[in-house]
Amino acid sequence: MTETSQHSGPVLAADGRPLKASLARALRREKLRAMLLIAPLLVFILITFVVPIGQMLFRSVENQIVSDVLPRTSEALEEWSYNDGAAPGEAVFFALTQDMVVAAERKEHTRLGSRLNYEESGISSLFRKSGRKVDEIGEGYADQFEAVNPMLVDPAALTQLFATSAWSEAVASDAELAVTRTFKVNKDVAEALPRASDAFREFAVFNQSVDEKDPRKAKLWNSVSLALFEDLRQNPAATVDGPASAAIAAAAAAVPAFDVEDLAQSFAKIDKDWLDPEVWTVIKRYSPEFTNGYFLNAIDMEKTVDGPAWRDEDQQIYLKLFWRTMLMSMTITISCILLGYPVAWLLANLPTRQANLLMILVLLPFWTSLLVRTSAWKVLLQQQGVINDIVVWLGLVSDENRLQLINNATGTIIAMTHILLPFMILPLFSVLKTIPPTYLRAAKSLGATNWTAFWRVYFPQSVPGIGAGSILVFIMSIGYYITPEIVGGTKGVFISNRIAYHISSSLNWGLAAALGAILLAVVMLLYWAYDRIVGIDNVKLGG
Amino acid sequence: MKTTTTLLATTAMTLAGTSAFADAHMADSMTIVSWGGAYSASQQGAYHDPYMANTGITIINDESSSEAVAKLRAMNEAGNVTWDLVDVEAADAIRLCDEGLALEIDHDEMLAAGADGSTASDDFGDSIISDCFIPQIVFSTTVGYRTDMVGDTPPTEICAIFDTDTYPGKRALAKKPLANVEWALLCDGVAKADIYEVLATEEGQAQAFAKLDTIKDDVIWWSAGAETPQLLADGEVVMGSTFNGRLFSAIAEQDQPIGMLWDAQMLDYDGWIVPAGLSDDRLARVMDYLTFATDTQRLADQAKYISYGPARASSAPLVGDHGELGIPMAEHMPTDPANSKNVFVTQYEFWADYRDDLDAKFQAWLAQ
Repeated sequence: MTETSQHSGPVLAADGRPLKASLARALRREKLRAMLLIAPLLVFILITFVVPIGQMLFRSVENQIVSDVLPRTSEALEEWSYNDGAAPGEAVFFALTQDMVVAAERKEHTRLGSRLNYEESGISSLFRKSGRKVDEIGEGYADQFEAVNPMLVDPAALTQLFATSAWSEAVASDAELAVTRTFKVNKDVAEALPRASDAFREFAVFNQSVDEKDPRKAKLWNSVSLALFEDLRQNPAATVDGPASAAIAAAAAAVPAFDVEDLAQSFAKIDKDWLDPEVWTVIKRYSPEFTNGYFLNAIDMEKTVDGPAWRDEDQQIYLKLFWRTMLMSMTITISCILLGYPVAWLLANLPTRQANLLMILVLLPFWTSLLVRTSAWKVLLQQQGVINDIVVWLGLVSDENRLQLINNATGTIIAMTHILLPFMILPLFSVLKTIPPTYLRAAKSLGATNWTAFWRVYFPQSVPGIGAGSILVFIMSIGYYITPEIVGGTKGVFISNRIAYHISSSLNWGLAAALGAILLAVVMLLYWAYDRIVGIDNVKLGG
Repeated sequence: MKTTTTLLATTAMTLAGTSAFADAHMADSMTIVSWGGAYSASQQGAYHDPYMANTGITIINDESSSEAVAKLRAMNEAGNVTWDLVDVEAADAIRLCDEGLALEIDHDEMLAAGADGSTASDDFGDSIISDCFIPQIVFSTTVGYRTDMVGDTPPTEICAIFDTDTYPGKRALAKKPLANVEWALLCDGVAKADIYEVLATEEGQAQAFAKLDTIKDDVIWWSAGAETPQLLADGEVVMGSTFNGRLFSAIAEQDQPIGMLWDAQMLDYDGWIVPAGLSDDRLARVMDYLTFATDTQRLADQAKYISYGPARASSAPLVGDHGELGIPMAEHMPTDPANSKNVFVTQYEFWADYRDDLDAKFQAWLAQ
């Protein structure tokens, strides 16, 4: 001890380490132990909640499909602009042929078609139609090459020409490897015939990986002949080594005399929409890997050649639905406060026996299926329903003018107020129970009227309960979907109904994710505002 | 003639024999997804029960067809497809095929030939609307009305929907554009042959919505097929559109005061798709089941239980009486000559292209 005090350095612990470090170490160990305790829950929440939701929300900006399926086309399109006023040139159509042949064989073109159809009606069938016929493009070249030398369209000979020597040797020793060993292109040939070797590689790899076939025995794609023609036309001096060199030289000599196929016209023959710059601008616009297109759609805007613009009025829907969802959720919350407060007050102030009975009545709806409760409201509220029958029988309204209580906003508000009422009553009750009745008596003995005593003394103390109940009810109702769908008609549906539609019917998950992300952001914003105005510390879920 | 029959019988026996021998390579249970309710019951009676009795396997029913498209996509992304066979509407089959979620089918190769000797693809004919689709039934969306609310002049043609003077009261229509926009244009004077051409234009769509505008305040919009019969039974609506099988059961089985129209009915198909990516033994089982369940006799059998027409032409002459009521079913089929004088066949290609666009406009129109 004396030794330590003589030291001018830091205070040391019993084991000789500085006390500060030792303390921090102990604390760290404590923290780690606490972390270990909550780790299972944390991991569970991360895996089952945060990650899936994050992935889903990521879809709202993700857009890799265009560059994945049409890599050559989206690159070739960079040169082109909508302001050219016409469809792009032959180079783009050449790239499109190569991409479409691969996509059609891999059956990816329809998926891309339905993706782009979200942006421009008609693209879905354009792609489906084109995928069916694109393998015919270039057939003329295949025939003409065959006339020059059958070797030029023989997959076995072409495999030998385009493959690396390592690949050819391996396959020669073991024929099995022709399927299992991924095809590699010979660099020298690729330099002389870049397009043809690219097209042939796609052909070979497709046969190996998807069809599990030996490319030497498969049926050659016409797109390879098309690519070979394009190579030889652009570079008539191209030469290759090996057994094919004579055939290639002969082909290069013959190419200038070939009948030329106008690719744009070939596509136009499949569907004239390929000449429409509108279609091309959509493809170009959605070529980047990420897009803000879904978010623009989610707020009734769209991408146009002049940047984002509002949609036509007859297509604007989402902002209206967001606004309606907010307004109606607020109305439902307020109705829940008005109806729930007296019940919670009774619960808190009745003798235990009666309070328990009342509590059971409040909880009873919880034990009934949500669908049953909602359908029951249908029976009650419809025009030939119980409530209308009673008011007509009482003579309050005439038989011709029965009240319209369902299939509109009124129906949604009534049914949802009923369904969400317990979520208001329970937190309110637990707060009201903690307010000592003596405060009211004291207020009254000091001369306050019943109302003043309630409003000035009792009510302010119950505000935390109202806050908790309101947050619960509001946030739950904002995401409600099944009840508005059944009783809401057209004027009483929420944004969540559109999200459900895009998830389950239109399969436009990107748009659904964008709508969901906006909804989440709005809820968080409101929560933040609530915290600033009321203070989240003032919310009490229990005594 | 006799030789042909013997030949066919021998072929059938050989086929049955091969399928029995192939059992060793097939899964011994399968999960079939369908719509539930009376429709699943008809499949149980006509297909599942006999197949289970023949083979001794277990068929597990899942009633998720209404969410099949989304669920299949999710299963596919998760790499764990738990369904073996899914019953979907034709439009969804196209969607699933486009997304690569359904297996492409070679109908002649994989399915039984018709009992009359025609190839499967000829026998199914136009109902093969997608390479992945194995048609099962023809159903139609048509209009039912309350016989006691239409006075002495019950409606006979589709435009009664838009005639609120003669038939005052609410109407129930589907909360989607399909069928509604076609009927609107037809009743606005567009020739039937031109309707889809008109609908593909902005002006045509505006015209359809303008016609629907004239009855907008009188419409209750339904999202489930069971709603219209219920609304009719409650007297909430004077007329409404729904599937013909629903009207049949309300009229014939439940004896409600309801009548129905066949005029301008929208014909549509429902059938099977096989999810992509099944393991070999499961796929073998599914294909064996499909060969059995979509042959001429089985499709005709289903009509005993529900008033939807078999998708095979060769099944039509074999359609018999209702299983319980004993009434002949042929005259309640949407394809019966007396009923199909004026029909729309849903244009799948058109709807695949314009569905999203028209739906957005329709929803915006509803919200206005």
